[in-house]
Amino acid sequence: MFKVFMAFVRKEFYHILRDKRTLLILFGMPLAQVLIFGYAVTNEFKDARIDVLDYAKDETSEQYINHLQSSGNFIVRKVLASQKDMEAGMKSGKTKLVVSIPENFSEDFYSGSPTQIQVITDGSDPNNANTLVQYLTEMTRSFQRTKRNESPNPYSIHVASRMLYNPQLASAYNFVPGTIALILLIICAMLTSLTIAKEKEIGTMEILLVSPLSPLLIILGKVAPYALLSFGNAVIVILIGFFVFDVPVLGSTVLLLGMCFLYVFTALSLGIFISTTVKTQQEAMMKSLMGLMMPSMLLSGFIFPLASMPTVLEYIGKLIPATYFIRILKGVMLRGVGLNFILFEVGVLLMMTLGFLLLSWRNFKIRLE
Amino acid sequence: MRNTQVIQVEGLTKKFGDFVAVDHISFEVEKGEIFGFLGANGAGKTTAMRMLTGLSKPSSGKGKVAGFDVLKESERIKERIGYMSQKFSLYEDLTVKENIRFYGGIYGLSKNQIRTKTSQILEELQLSEVGAKPVRSLPLGWKQRLAFAVSMVHEPEIVFLDEPTGGVDPNVRRQFWEAIYQASELGRTIFVTTHYMDEAEYCDRISIMVSGMIKALDSPDNLKKQF
Repeated sequence: MFKVFMAFVRKEFYHILRDKRTLLILFGMPLAQVLIFGYAVTNEFKDARIDVLDYAKDETSEQYINHLQSSGNFIVRKVLASQKDMEAGMKSGKTKLVVSIPENFSEDFYSGSPTQIQVITDGSDPNNANTLVQYLTEMTRSFQRTKRNESPNPYSIHVASRMLYNPQLASAYNFVPGTIALILLIICAMLTSLTIAKEKEIGTMEILLVSPLSPLLIILGKVAPYALLSFGNAVIVILIGFFVFDVPVLGSTVLLLGMCFLYVFTALSLGIFISTTVKTQQEAMMKSLMGLMMPSMLLSGFIFPLASMPTVLEYIGKLIPATYFIRILKGVMLRGVGLNFILFEVGVLLMMTLGFLLLSWRNFKIRLE
Repeated sequence: MRNTQVIQVEGLTKKFGDFVAVDHISFEVEKGEIFGFLGANGAGKTTAMRMLTGLSKPSSGKGKVAGFDVLKESERIKERIGYMSQKFSLYEDLTVKENIRFYGGIYGLSKNQIRTKTSQILEELQLSEVGAKPVRSLPLGWKQRLAFAVSMVHEPEIVFLDEPTGGVDPNVRRQFWEAIYQASELGRTIFVTTHYMDEAEYCDRISIMVSGMIKALDSPDNLKKQF
């Protein structure tokens, strides 16, 4: 039995190594995704250009402007003369934010009366604008703190916030687990459904079914190489995350790998299920792209938080395996939790796997009847 | 019933819902015979063959292939038959040798057996020079004959051929039938479906299928006299 299985696996590896498309999906995609998410899609920024409208034009306001630039996040592009000039920079896209300092800035600041600084941002890019305002607010607070410490004013409440598990709010902490979930799903589910659909399309599936091989062995022989390769891919992404983007693995490595393996199994069963519902490779491709990739990317909490979605979408998100796997990964990698904290998610994945396998089995039986 | 009958079918029927694809067919096939199933597309030839090869479960009726029951012992039957489908059934991206090795492998042949089989097939088909080339690069006629040889890699008693010469030019078809005769001379039973009238003449006996039923069954010469 084992020899027959190995004959199958060898054949499958020939297919994989000789097909450029498969190779590209297998090895190009994980790399491209990690690098794109790592370097391009990021909420962090450096050297954001801002304009300043300084009505005060005194020592304090100058100190404040210098303080803003000291972090390296902001560079003052232009000091504006009047309110009229404000929109020009914004419209041309050269500046993302304008800080307006009132005339009596210094006076109010030292007398302890409420001081207001106006911040105007480019709302056509809301994510970016939000982040910029957050950074600027933080810088303003820290300016206040340094100044207050110099003055004898005892009344100041200072909010010290700390982001547990991700102190720098690095976006890599989010995209590495997300990327692993996506890549495993794509490779396992899409390639598995494709390779089985291909055998059906070229007619070799019939030959295999007429042979003494049991259907189970045929499926296992077909998916085993993909399971192995995608598991390898998961390890590579974790390593890139660790060494290139400093994403830690705080929990047990064995548990992490075990979880990856469980998820590979879920994705494989999903791929097998898809393959039982299609006749051609094209159909398999469409089903896995539209049915898996898009929802997994958008509704799994990878890019947009589930909790802030409309109820309907939130429930759809809860049907997606990636949702649970991302939670597991974040738990094990970033918070360092053990199995007892992720039991629910593990249970859901197990149930899903079982469900997909049962559905596939039923479809398969119907085909033979 | 005599021992030399390798296929015995009685009242075999296949229904898909209300549609009766194969309607109570009965026939026997002798060992070493070339038995043809002639009929238009959709007459039920393929469905009948699928029931005999264990790809599809009969709705009713009885059938024995190589001495085993098609309903209960399809696994035993599978070890003793070869099958070549309408669609070209080799892997185009694998080489000639890799294809032989794979199919030998799934039928549980040992390494030595596979090696012997490979050189035997390459020699017989005069494919030794292209043994390391992908099957994709071969002309269709060669592919077809290779697929036939590969379907017999495990020395089956019966070979089922489902429209093996579909879409091939007459010259290649003639070559292919020579290969069928060779296999038959070795004592192998050949069960072949076709919709070419001229091909039916090559068979020892043919049965003509019309909308799921066998309308005539005899040797080509007798059938000619009848009609």
